[in-house]
Amino acid sequence: MFGVGVLSEFESKQLLARHGVAVSRDKLAHSADEAVAAAVEIGGPVAVKLCGSSLAHKSERGLVRLGLDNSASVRTAADELLAAAVEDDGEVALLVSEMVAGCREFIAGVVHTEQFGPALMLGLGGVLAEAVGEAVFRLLPVSEADCKDMIEDLDIPALMAPLRGEPAVDQGALVDSLLGLAHAGGGEGVEAVDVNPLVIRDGLPVAVDALVVTTGS
Amino acid sequence: MSRPPLDLLFDPQGIVVAGASTHPGKFGFVALHNVLAGGFDGPVFATNPDQPSILGVEALESVADIPEGAADLVFVCTPPHTCSEILRSAASRGVGAVFIASGGFREAGSEGARAERELVQLARSLGMVVAGPNGQGLISNPAKLAAQIVAPIPPPGPIAVASQSGNLVSAFMNYAAQSGVGISRAVSAGNAAMLGVVDYLGWFASDPHTKAMAAYVEGVEDGPAFAAAIKRVAAAKPVVLVKGGTTPRGAQAAASHTGALATDDRIFDGMVRQSGAVRAQTIEEAYDAVAAFATQPLPAGPRTLVLSSAGGWGVIAADALSKSKLELIPLPADLKEAIDGLVPPRWSRSNPIDLAGGESRDTIPEVIDLVADHPEVDAVIYLGMGIQANTASHLRSGPYFEAAELARICEYHERQDSRFAQAAADASARTGKPILAATELGITQPDNAGPATLAAQGSYCFPSADRAVRALHHMWWYARWRKRLLG
Repeated sequence: MFGVGVLSEFESKQLLARHGVAVSRDKLAHSADEAVAAAVEIGGPVAVKLCGSSLAHKSERGLVRLGLDNSASVRTAADELLAAAVEDDGEVALLVSEMVAGCREFIAGVVHTEQFGPALMLGLGGVLAEAVGEAVFRLLPVSEADCKDMIEDLDIPALMAPLRGEPAVDQGALVDSLLGLAHAGGGEGVEAVDVNPLVIRDGLPVAVDALVVTTGS
Repeated sequence: MSRPPLDLLFDPQGIVVAGASTHPGKFGFVALHNVLAGGFDGPVFATNPDQPSILGVEALESVADIPEGAADLVFVCTPPHTCSEILRSAASRGVGAVFIASGGFREAGSEGARAERELVQLARSLGMVVAGPNGQGLISNPAKLAAQIVAPIPPPGPIAVASQSGNLVSAFMNYAAQSGVGISRAVSAGNAAMLGVVDYLGWFASDPHTKAMAAYVEGVEDGPAFAAAIKRVAAAKPVVLVKGGTTPRGAQAAASHTGALATDDRIFDGMVRQSGAVRAQTIEEAYDAVAAFATQPLPAGPRTLVLSSAGGWGVIAADALSKSKLELIPLPADLKEAIDGLVPPRWSRSNPIDLAGGESRDTIPEVIDLVADHPEVDAVIYLGMGIQANTASHLRSGPYFEAAELARICEYHERQDSRFAQAAADASARTGKPILAATELGITQPDNAGPATLAAQGSYCFPSADRAVRALHHMWWYARWRKRLLG
């Protein structure tokens, strides 16, 4: 695994955004004061997460605080999260993100497979993604038609239609996200990309959490 | 000057069975027996240093004794250590292709693996092509060639098969023998030392005797090359793939969720979808699909109509359709009106069309024509064929056949089912639309006039409504991929 690295959530999302993937509005903060200021700037309820390149399983470790809607709660969360960091976490910061509301969560990513090289994935996301195991793959490079096929292959039409007061999924936007992910994941120095969840807000996909694994080269 | 290497394998001018045996329990006997029983057109030679002749074929001391240029293919049944000498002798007599049935190579351990690698190097240096080793042989019906150590010799037909498992080649051929939709070429790739499944598929793609192909694969060595080869082949002809040995393990157990979800099975599935092949989960499903591809025109769209004179089967077909990407279309108003004019009002008046026993002598052929001709129908599933002939069969063997003078009604029933099958085949040919007829009678009573009439035309009688729907779904999937590819 020599030379393999992990980008922090903030860096991962920046990389994806450069490839055309819509990501949540995020600000990096290094203190509780900065976190409060960031929350005010973003507006509305926010999430605060501990952010660093050695923090792949944030939710398992309770390093994510959601729906914080006042400065006091942001400050408390920021203090607690900074205190929860351990030595192995390396350099850490606070990521303040807008809350992205949507009942539909997908998972998407790129992985290098042993037999067929890099492949793009789309699946049902959220914390149960692996347990549910609804996911489809295509080998890179992928075309627009391949991405449309992936959405169809996922074979849950009710999930794409208007749902619980939310509009239908904008499939063109989802295809664009997939193409962007494929572009990012197939790029030089990138070993794998993981977006989970990719939340559908007002019909449009937004990457709420992301992880980019680099080859280190 | 020289013919392509796989031409020599599948269409040799002459064949040598190296290591022919007088012992009926040995591969060397069975191989020669099958070549002779298959009626191969060209000269057949056999080698065995200890026998004057086997099965009426003069036994030569070695492959070196065949006349120069008299054979293109040597079928080898002797142990691994003899193979390099056989290759050299064969090359010296102008032989360009060798099928090694013998085992004891890579599958037997590291020493065997080394022998296999050396054999491939030797073949390359001699300009020869080696199939196998550890393969069960090949069938090439256009050449009347049955160079194999297993059964059966399938009837000739439009389906080609390549498989990493010899027994599964036999399974496809058994289905072909049973259904009558036969085989053009079939080959067991064995250890695939020099020729893998995709090499055979590549040759089948330009074989004029092959309309569709089926393949069974386990391991894939170079994934991207495999995917690219399948895509080239699928652009020419339909390919049905069965993948064995997929594990539920993900590609990476590490930090990435995507990696954990990247099982062999899902990756292979995605590769198949991109490359234009269709994937079947079982050999049975694969045979249904390849037989459909080989005998029916592709559907232009997903709009499917079910015509049934057997109520429950119609419902099962509708259920299967609703779970597929095919469309069980609402019955078009003009069709409803037309059928209203043909049968009493108790018919279903919806899709599936269930005539509810209201049909008279000409109704079925008329309705088949009506639905096949309708511009909003892309494909038809026809159910209930053979019911009348089944009744006839029962009456014929019953106690009152003579006394009640049942011969006339039996003949009528049988004639009717034969007409129905013919009408389905004719309407498909006329409209260029797939019409898939399904009944279990094709298996339980193959001489039933319905299935028998289909078989006589080279058509496939699907064993059930749901299997017909699944095969049609594969056809639509492939047709859709072609449309996108060719624009």
